[in-house]
Parts: sequence; structure tokens; C-alpha cells
Amino acid sequence: MPIYQTASFSHPALGQSTGFDYSRTSNPTRLALEETLAGADGGFKGFAFASGLAAIDTVLHLFKAGDRLLVTEDLYGGTFRLLDKVFRPLGFDAIYVDTSNIEAVKEALRQPGVKGIFIETPSNPLLRIADIRAIASLARPHGILTIVDNTFLTPVSQRPLALGADITVYSATKYLAGHNDVVAGAVVVNTPELAERIGFFQNAIGAILGPQDSWLTLRGLKTLPLRIHKQQENAGRIATWLGTHPHVRRVYYPGLPSHPGRDILDREHLGFGSMVAFEVDSASRIPGILSGVKVFLFAESLGGVESLITYPAVQTHADIAPDIRDRLGINDRLLRLSIGIEDGNDLINDLAAIL
Amino acid sequence: MKTQTKLIHSGRDRDPYTGASSIPIYQTSTFAQPDPEHRGPYDYARSGNPTREALEHSIAALESGAVGLAFSSGMAATSSVLLLFKPGDHLVVGSDIYGGTYRILTGLFKRWQLDVTFADSTDQESFQRAITPATKALFIETPANPLLNITDLRAMAAIARNHGLLAITDNTFMTPYLQRPLELGFDIVVHSATKFLGGHSDLIAGLAVTRDEALGRQLGAIQNAFGAILGPQDSWLVQRGMKTLGVRMEAQQKTAGEIARWLQGHPAVKHVYYPGLPDHHGRNIHERQAAGAGAVVSFELGGRPAVLKLLKQTKLTLPAVSLGGVESILSYPAMMSHAALPESERLERGITNGLARLSVGLEAKEDLIADLESALN
Repeated sequence: MPIYQTASFSHPALGQSTGFDYSRTSNPTRLALEETLAGADGGFKGFAFASGLAAIDTVLHLFKAGDRLLVTEDLYGGTFRLLDKVFRPLGFDAIYVDTSNIEAVKEALRQPGVKGIFIETPSNPLLRIADIRAIASLARPHGILTIVDNTFLTPVSQRPLALGADITVYSATKYLAGHNDVVAGAVVVNTPELAERIGFFQNAIGAILGPQDSWLTLRGLKTLPLRIHKQQENAGRIATWLGTHPHVRRVYYPGLPSHPGRDILDREHLGFGSMVAFEVDSASRIPGILSGVKVFLFAESLGGVESLITYPAVQTHADIAPDIRDRLGINDRLLRLSIGIEDGNDLINDLAAIL
Repeated sequence: MKTQTKLIHSGRDRDPYTGASSIPIYQTSTFAQPDPEHRGPYDYARSGNPTREALEHSIAALESGAVGLAFSSGMAATSSVLLLFKPGDHLVVGSDIYGGTYRILTGLFKRWQLDVTFADSTDQESFQRAITPATKALFIETPANPLLNITDLRAMAAIARNHGLLAITDNTFMTPYLQRPLELGFDIVVHSATKFLGGHSDLIAGLAVTRDEALGRQLGAIQNAFGAILGPQDSWLVQRGMKTLGVRMEAQQKTAGEIARWLQGHPAVKHVYYPGLPDHHGRNIHERQAAGAGAVVSFELGGRPAVLKLLKQTKLTLPAVSLGGVESILSYPAMMSHAALPESERLERGITNGLARLSVGLEAKEDLIADLESALN
């Protein structure tokens, strides 16, 4: 696919267009990515944005002041910040709910003014699983939009639109692009009506993905299934190994038999992803672990070919109030791993040496 | 550290200044010198560029070599290696070497009086007979293109050692993920990194690795003086591609094995060449020196019309030259990769008018077989 590094497209004649006029509105390289994303997600239309948050921001413009949004309570700190610091002052409120608890969701959906539910599943960083099919079927009769952040599992391991969701959003920076070298976001919608509205906002707000990064994301997508399968295989092994380690108090991984919500993912048989969180026995171990890892990179982000280790309480979830963090279990002993495609034994040995 | 881990971490897996998880693309030609009396680590990007250097370190580590060097194409890498020799030197070269290598040896370098004898490297006796007092190196390829003929790397390294020759091999088809000739006694490995290393059919690049530091310095001086370097953008893209080399090669080779066996059972196919097949000539040698059979399969269809029909009627495979990409590529050696060979020479080597070569990509095996089946019937 050529990288159409152009702002403008010349017109054959007055009133005619090649289909491309101005790259904010549409660009052939970005369009190729958007069509690939829609195909991968089984959706009607895809859209590419400058970042995952730009994608979410654009989707949130579907709502207006006075509307309310149900949101997974232990969600990504950046999404929380966007809702709390940007949209709440505009009169668009979020109601935080444990979306892995279907009864709690049912209850929350009854609150007045709810126009949408935004689910992150598995949630970040505790990997709690929401039942997308059940939630979407509760929301739909009330005209409530179901939006799923599918960043952690990607279409390879979870197909929210096929489960009844209306919109998927992605930080394409993560698994979709997959090499920790692009910042990008994506949205896929299920209906022509939503496609028209999101397309309008994409052009009007203008938080689009440039042609270079569109091309790199497309290049990354070509190896997505290979990477995901290898990463899931490594993650399953590492989670099991961590579970047997004396200094590890608790392991969060949806593929572990003990994980609540495992059955929900297991219904689709597509995999459990490659994010693993674990709690060590003492916070005093954390600095040594973060500076001692050799194969893992101590860095934010996730989903790349290289394995990363993150300290959620300080890095990704610092914007969430300490009391909420504690209640959720995002404490100062918690570490999050994004498992890459290195040799699984090398990863286990790296963790073994510092634990 | 396993090769799979080295692929992710062997170059520069983080930027030393900012910690960036992807090596920066140093799109610069020159580097300001803080102290005019002492040269900094970089001065001019032909001589050294941090992005290219990261790739060079990575390929050196993967091939278990001392020095890695990146060039603007596989042929630029090979040409630069050939500049190690001087007029009057003689090389013994495997007779089924890549057509482009044949072309520079018989065209360009012949004019500089580099003498070449082509000999069958699968036959050690006859290969050794081609060695003369002026011989300075042997240059082979295994599995060779396009018939996947197997040369014994250890035996060739021993011949080179006994005669005081440099042993050079083109490792493009295997990559260090499957085969590491320097560990078996070779001195220089060259690659078209355009193929499996880059892996996405979206760049042109070459690499060379030397086992020995001094030879590496000599080749480095040629790289700088001749200047056929790889630019920073493509250096970065090759590294990005190499990160998934292991998972790509595993998947592509698995599908290639299944397609090779399927082709064997097809009535329109006269013969299948693939090192993973039990009856492939040299298979035992290949298994001793490589960790897998790779992802290139060649097959004989009996004549030109059958190959042309296949090229026109397949829908998934790209009818194109090159190989090693995520997309399957179907090529016609007689008219493409080996068109530079005189016809008599080409036929003598078994590269018939009915030979097709398939570089197997990442598509689903079922889809590729269905595509081939509808075109073959």
C-alpha cells in the first residue's frame, strides 16, 4: 500500500472528485487501514485516529450534556481522566460500575439519563471479565449504546460486535500495531447510521491518523494473529508459573482456572490474551524488580512484541483516587506484565532471577 | 538467550537517551562534533548511523558473528563482499548461485579480472577440483535457489580451511532463525534482507556478517568507501520486520510443508522440490545444519504454458519476483530470477521452462491450496 503523504488531492474538473479531496476527510492509506480494521472486527465501518484516546474522545461526542454513561470502574486511567476532567465539566457524567457483575450492571442501567455503556474487558489492570453478550442484550431494548474497548484482546481473541456491541474502540498502539512504535487509535461501528455520525465527527474534530502511522499499523496487522497466539501461549505459561512462586500473593490472568470470568471468555474459545497482573508479598520488592529485569522493559504501554512490566499504581492508574485504587485492588504491590513474543523460558528466567 | 528472544532484544531494544522502545530513526547525514580534536562516535551517516548500527548489531548477534553491516540491497552486500578481492584472485562459486550474483560475477567483476569457476557445491569432489593456487574464496548458497539443492556447510567450511580460503554463503532462504553458517565454520554470511528478514515485501536491503573482527573491519572500510549503505528509514523497517521473523518463519514453514506434500499428490505436478520432503536430495545434510526446511517450495509442471496458466489463474499468490514476505509469491524462475542465465546454462542446472517457485506466506493453508487447486485443474 503506498504511503499517500499528501494533504490535498487535485480535482479532475469542477464538481468532480477522485473520491479523495483533503486528507483529514479521507486518505487512501488511512482508508486501507480503516477497511482492514472493519473487516477484522466484522463491523460495518472502521475509523483510524491519532491515538486510542482520540478514538474514545470522538466516540464520546455521540453523547450530549445531560446524558450519562455507565463505565467499567477499573478502567484505563487515560479514559478515566478524559471522562472526569474533560467531559464531566461539560455536563456529561459517568457512572462507574463493576461490569463483571451483571446484576450491578442491570441495576445501573435503570438510572435516569443513561445513554451508553462503555466496557473495558478484560479490565485494566485486574483483568476482570464482562459478559458483553449479556450486557448488550440488556442495553439494546433501552436504546443504550454498548461500546467495548477491545484493546486487550483484539479481534483475534474477542469479537464484541458479533456479541451484540455497537462500537469497538482500540488503542491501536498496542496489539494491533504491535511493535511499540506507533501511537494510534481505532473505532469500528456496526451500523450505517453510526458510521455516518462517527465519520462526521472524525472529519469535524479532525483527530485523524496520519498516512505514515496508518501504513505502519497496517504492516503490524499482517502479523497480528501470529503475535497474539505466541503471546497468549507465553502468558499462560508465565501466569501458571507465577502462581507457584512463594513471593507472589496473587495472579490475575483470565486463562487461569481460578479466574472469575474465565468461563465467559472460554465460551468463544478464542483465547485469554497476554496481559498478566500479579501481586507480590511486599511493596519493598517493587524497586528491585523494576530495575532488575533484563528481558522485560520497564515501561508503560502494552501489546508489543517486547515484554513490558508496569507499576499501575504509579504509572497507568495514577489519576484514579487512592481510595478507589485500594478498593479495586490496584495497590502498591501490584505489577502488570504485557507478555511479548520472546522465548517463554527466557521470560520466566528473567522473572525468576529478580523474584 | 534463545534466537526467538534475540530477535526482540539483540539490537538496541531501547534508546539509551530516552528509553524509547523503538530505536529512533536518525534521519541525518552529519553529526556535530563537540570537540574538533576528538571525533565523536558518529561523524557522517555513510560511515555510521545509530539506526543502521542497531540493525548491524542485531544481525551480528543473530548470526553469531563479530561484525554486521547493512547495505542498500542484497546485491550491494554481495558486491561489497566481492570487493574484498583483487584482480587475479579466483573464486569457486556454487553453480546454482542466485542469478543476480551470477550476473555481477560474469559481467561486472569479470571486467576487474576476478576469476570465477562455477562448480556443483553438492558434490564436494568436483567442487574441490575447481580450486586453483589463485583461489581465495568459495561462495555457495544452501538451500540453493530455485531447486533447493542442499550443500553441506560443515564440509564446505572444512574445504575452505584446508585450502586457506574464505567461506562465503548466502543465507537468505534460511535466515539465522533456521541456519547459522558462521557457527559451522563459515567466514561471511550475506543476506538479501528484502526477503524473510524484512519480511513484508516493503523494502530493499542487504546484510553481511563476518565471523571475525579483522575481516569485519576490512568489509566495514569497503562499506564506507564504496558507500552502498542502507538508509535509516529502511534500517528501522528491517528491524521492525525482524522482530516477528521467528513467528513468521514458524508459520510459513509449517504451511510450506503442507503445501509441498499436497503438491506431491497432485497429478499435474511432476516433481516437488522442498527440503522438508523425505525424498528431497540432501535432506539429511539439511537436517544436520538447519532447524527447519524454510518456506520456499519449487515444483515442476512440465512446460511453459502450464506455468503461465498457473501464474494467470491463481488469485491469492502474487505473480512476482522476490520471496520471503507475509504474502505468498509465485514466480517463474526461467523468466524472472534466473532470466540472466543463458538458456543452455539454465536448462543444464535443471531450471526448466516448467518450473514454478512458491514462496509461502502467512495466508491460511486451506485458502492457498484451494487457490492452487483451482488454477492447476
